[in-house]
Amino acid sequence: MNAPSLDPVDRALVLASQDGLPLCREPWRALAEQVGIPEAEVIARLQRMLDQGAIRRIGAIPNHYRLGYTANGMSVWDVTDERVDELGMVIGALPFVSHCYRRPRALPIWPYNLFAMVHGQSRDAVAEKVAVIAGILGPEARAHQTLYSSRILKKSGLRLK
Amino acid sequence: MNPALDDTDRTIVNALQGGFPLVPRPFAVVAASLGLDEDDLIERVRRLVGNGVLSRFGPLFQAERLGGAVTLAAMAVPEARFDAVAEMVGAFPEVAHNYQREHTLNMWFVVAAETPAGLAETLTRIGVLTGLAVHNFPRLAEYYIGLRLDA
Repeated sequence: MNAPSLDPVDRALVLASQDGLPLCREPWRALAEQVGIPEAEVIARLQRMLDQGAIRRIGAIPNHYRLGYTANGMSVWDVTDERVDELGMVIGALPFVSHCYRRPRALPIWPYNLFAMVHGQSRDAVAEKVAVIAGILGPEARAHQTLYSSRILKKSGLRLK
Repeated sequence: MNPALDDTDRTIVNALQGGFPLVPRPFAVVAASLGLDEDDLIERVRRLVGNGVLSRFGPLFQAERLGGAVTLAAMAVPEARFDAVAEMVGAFPEVAHNYQREHTLNMWFVVAAETPAGLAETLTRIGVLTGLAVHNFPRLAEYYIGLRLDA
């Protein structure tokens, strides 16, 4: 993955906004004052980071649990390497899949190469959604499992220090 | 769903999961599109952050594109040592999330560092400290479209 390093101003912007924006009428101006650059430059830099994918999106980051999505299942699939990219795009586009990645297998303990995180309001709800994925993958998925989380041991989010 | 949310809160959570405009008065623009008052919208967003319905309000950064390195790792932790190992792993500032999952590989954690070398070093240190094999599952491809949670 292309990973340009941050210039010092980008870095200052990330540090100033990664815990959330100032909630006021002019948040970009407030951010600009914090970082010490003009508001227009804040806007231009954030737009560039959005365009480059360094920012996925800007807005409300919901807490799954507080919205009632208390069940999460990491569904994992053993999909033929030749078709995993094509099928991964289909699975990643499903509205109930929050993250979808190809990752390496770790044979013999771990035959799965496609990971799709599914959120639901109960395990039954997650299982229904996993069944939809199974239906789409059909025989292309040689095996699959759903790993439910039984406990959150740590959740601090990704941060720059 | 969460009963503490009224219809306006739900509308805000659903409508604002992306696309917050990069204009001088973004809340005014969003408020107009939702038929709300700018200050009322700001106050509600503040409350939704304050009561934890929103983890935060702002940019969602993608660590690798910022020059950092991220991976998902897993270990098979013996039940008797589980809590002690969870504490060791959680003490690493590079460990962002750690979940217990129902599988032989029963501990799954996200590790983020500022450089690939720092990431590799952290995984090695976790393995040495815990005496357990750390399975590394880096992303090889991403099929991300974007989650929309309905409130």
